[in-house]
Amino acid sequence: MGVQIVVFAVCAIVALLGALGVVFARNPVHSALGLVATLFAIAVLFVNQNAQFLGVVQVIVYTGAIVVLILFVIMLLGVDTDEDLDTEPLLGQRWAAVIVALLLIGGIAGIFFVEGRGEAVTGQVAALAPIVPGIPSTDAQGNPTTAAGVDTFVRALPAEQQQAIGEQNITQIGEHLFTDYVFAFMITAALLTIAVIGAVLMARRPKRYEPMPELEDTSYEDVDELSTTGEVTG
Amino acid sequence: MSAGILATMASVAQTGIEPISGPIGIEPISAPVDGAVPTPEITWAALLPLIILGLGGLLLLTLSSLLKRKAPRALYPIWTIATAVLAVASVVPVWAKVQGFNSILWWDFRDLWWQPATTAPGPFSTLGGAYGVDGFSLFVTVLICCAVILTTLLISGYLQREELDGPEPYALLLLAATGGVVMAGANDLIVLFLGLETISIAVYVLAASHLRRAQSQEAGLKYFILGGFSSAFFLYGIAMVYGATGTTNLVLIKSSLAESIPRHDLLLLVGFAMLLVGFGFKVAAVPFHSWSPDVYDGAPSPVVAFMASAVKVAGFAALVRVFVAGFGQYAADWQPLIYALAVLSLVVGSSLAIVQTNVKRTLAYSSISHAGFILIAVEAASETGTAAVLFYAAAYTFMVAGSFGVATLVGRAGDGRHSLDDYKGLGRTNPVLAGTLTIFLLAQAGVPFTVGFVAKFYAVIAAVQAGSAALGVVAMLSAVIAAFLYLRIIVAMYMAEGDDGGSDAPADPADHIHVPRPAAAALAICVLVTIGFGLFPGWLTDMAADSTVVLVEQGSTDASTALPGGQTLIVDDEGNLVPAGDGAVAPTEASDPSADPATGDGAVEAPQVQDPAAAEGTASVERP
Repeated sequence: MGVQIVVFAVCAIVALLGALGVVFARNPVHSALGLVATLFAIAVLFVNQNAQFLGVVQVIVYTGAIVVLILFVIMLLGVDTDEDLDTEPLLGQRWAAVIVALLLIGGIAGIFFVEGRGEAVTGQVAALAPIVPGIPSTDAQGNPTTAAGVDTFVRALPAEQQQAIGEQNITQIGEHLFTDYVFAFMITAALLTIAVIGAVLMARRPKRYEPMPELEDTSYEDVDELSTTGEVTG
Repeated sequence: MSAGILATMASVAQTGIEPISGPIGIEPISAPVDGAVPTPEITWAALLPLIILGLGGLLLLTLSSLLKRKAPRALYPIWTIATAVLAVASVVPVWAKVQGFNSILWWDFRDLWWQPATTAPGPFSTLGGAYGVDGFSLFVTVLICCAVILTTLLISGYLQREELDGPEPYALLLLAATGGVVMAGANDLIVLFLGLETISIAVYVLAASHLRRAQSQEAGLKYFILGGFSSAFFLYGIAMVYGATGTTNLVLIKSSLAESIPRHDLLLLVGFAMLLVGFGFKVAAVPFHSWSPDVYDGAPSPVVAFMASAVKVAGFAALVRVFVAGFGQYAADWQPLIYALAVLSLVVGSSLAIVQTNVKRTLAYSSISHAGFILIAVEAASETGTAAVLFYAAAYTFMVAGSFGVATLVGRAGDGRHSLDDYKGLGRTNPVLAGTLTIFLLAQAGVPFTVGFVAKFYAVIAAVQAGSAALGVVAMLSAVIAAFLYLRIIVAMYMAEGDDGGSDAPADPADHIHVPRPAAAALAICVLVTIGFGLFPGWLTDMAADSTVVLVEQGSTDASTALPGGQTLIVDDEGNLVPAGDGAVAPTEASDPSADPATGDGAVEAPQVQDPAAAEGTASVERP
C-alpha cells in the first residue's frame, strides 16, 4: 500500500507539472513535450492501479502515435510563428470555457455527494464482477455487487495477487479478442483498409484536373429550414 | 458460448495455481487459464458471401495496381459484377441449410463441405456467436449484392462521361457491401457498429468521389461530419445497453432481458433512444433526415442510388435485428419512439417533397417518406412486420435504383441538370427514358400492378395486424400526398412545354440523351422487377416470409424454424420438392459423397437434433 501511494504522489505531480507545461510553454514543441510527460505519468498511474494493459496502450497510442502526430503538424507549420494570445478568434470563448469548466468540475464533484456513487458512474455494476474472477455477483444482502464492492475486494487482496489480477486482465483481453470478438477484430482490419483506399481516392488528382464550372444556381433553391445557399456558393 | 467451452474453462481453471480465499468470505479467485485458448468454431461456408465481397474488392485493387493503365476500361465493372454474382451464388447453399432444403433445383447440397458439420438445418451463428446466419441476413445479403450490381452498371458509364477513372469506386462499392452484409448478420453490437462504420466510410468517400465537382465534395464532407456525429450517438447507445445488461451480444442481451429486469431501467431506455438516433440517421428518418436532401443532391447520382438502396436496406436490417429480435421483450418501450419517427418521416417527407424544384431533392424527400413506410412495418414488431420490411426493402431497392439511374442520365455531363425544368419535354425528346422513369415513379407512388403497391400493402397490413391502425391511415394519407409529387414530375415530362416553345417543334438532336448499354441494362432489370413482382409478387412474398430473423447461440440450431418433426424437403426424381421420406435430414458429415442424388436414395440417417430446450438453457449461462 505504501509503495502505491508514493508512486501515485510522484506521478500525479509529474502529470500536473506536465499539464501546466502544456498550457504555459511559449514554444509549442515544449508544450508537446509537456504532454508526453503527462501521458507517461498517467500510464504509470494505470499500472499502479493494476491496469497494465491500459498503461501499455496509453504509451503506445497516446505517447507514441498521437503526440508524434502533433509534433509532426507543429514542425510542418513551423515552430517560430508566435501566437498572438491577446485576440480572441471567437468572441467570448474564454468566458464560455470558464463556465463549461466550472460546470464540469461541479458535475464531477456532485457525483461524490450522491449516494451509491459507484453506480451513478458505472451503471449496473454486476456486469463488472466477472472481470475479476472470484467476486460474487451479489453481496451478503443479496444486492448486486457495486463498483465500490469490486474495488474493496481487490484492494484487500495481498499485493502479489493484485498483481496477478492485473496480469490476468491482459490474458483475458487477449482471450476475448481471439474468441468472442475475433470477428470484430477482423472487420476492424477491413475498416482500416477502406479508410486507406478512401484517403487515396480523395488525394488522387484526375488526369484532367479542372474544377467544373459553377452551374446555375437552380439546384439550391432550398425551401426546407436548413437552407445552405450562403455557404455553398459564397 | 456453448456449455462445452464453459465446462472446459472451468476445469482448466481448477487445475491452475492454487486458489486463494477472498478476504470478505466469498468464492476463491480462479487462477489464470493456462493452455490453449478455446478458439471459436467458424462455419466458413456461411461466411462465403462476406469473404467473396471483401476479397473481391481487395483483389480488384491489387489487380489494378499490377496492370496500371493497361487494364481495359470494362475490366473493373465486369469484375465487380462477377464478384457480386458469385456472392449471391454462395448464398444459395447457406439458404438451403437454413431453410432445411437438401437441394434447390438441380443443385444438391448434401455433399457440400460444411466446416464444422454443424447440427441440424435451421438458423445458426458462428464466429463465437458474433455473426448470425438466418433467412433474414441471407435475404439482405442478396439485396445488397443486387444494389451493387445495379450501381456498378450505372456508375461505369457515369465515370466515363465525367472523365473520372480508376478502380477505387468499384472497390469501395464491394467493401461497402461487405459492411452492409456484416450489419445484416451482426449478433453483437460491436460487430454491428463496425459493419455500420465500414459501409458508412466507404459511402462518405463515394459521395465525394466526383473530384471536379464542388457540390460532390461538399456532400461528402456533410455526410461525413453528420455521420460521424450519429455514429458517436450509436456507440454511446451501445455503451448504455452494455451498462444495463452486461453484454454486447444480442443473444445474451435477449436472454438477460427475458430473465431479469435490469436494475437500471433508465440506462437501457437511454440506450434504446441513442441507438435509434444512430439508426434514424442511417435510414434518413425525420428528425434525423436533414443531411439527406443536400447529400443526395450533391453526390454523384449512381452513388445516390447505392445510398438510397443498399445503405438503407442495411440500416433497416440492423434496426430489425437489434430492436425486433434483440429488444423484443421491451417492445412496449421502443414502439412509441418508432411510431413517432414513422409518422414524422411520412408526413414531413411527403409534404416537403412536393415543394422542391430539384428532382434529386424531390426523390430524397420521397425516400424519407419511404423510410417512414418501412418504419411502420418495423413498429409492428412481428413476423409479418419483418417480412413486410424485407419486401419493401427489396421493392424499394429496384425502384430507387431505377429512378436515380434515369436521373444519372438526364443529369448529362457535369451531373448538374436535375431541376424540374430539365425534365420538361423529356417525353418528347427521349420517350423511352421518360417512360422508364414514369414506371418507377408510379411504382413509388404505389400504383397497383407495380411492386410498390404490394410493398405498401404489406407494410400497412403489418401495422394494422399489430393494432396500429392509425399508423396505417397516416401512411395511406401520406401516400396520397406523395402521389402528387411523382405526378408532378410525370406531368413535367409529358405535358409541360420545353424551353423551345411549342410541343410540335421538332426535337433538337442535342436534347437526345446518350444511354450507355450497361445503364440501359440496369434500367431494364429495374423495370422487369418493378412490373414483374408487381404482377406476380408471390415468390418474393414467400421468400420474405421465410426470412425470419432468429437469434441463436453458437453451437445450437434453432430447430423450431425447420419443418416439424425434423422433416425436410428434397427434390425427387421428377424435380419436385417433396418432404423427405422418413423425416430424414441429410447430415453433411455422415452423407456418403458417392451417393448419387439422382437415384433418390440420398436420404440418410437423421443427425442428433439438438434439443431446443437445452439450447435455451445454455443461453442463460453467464459468460466466464
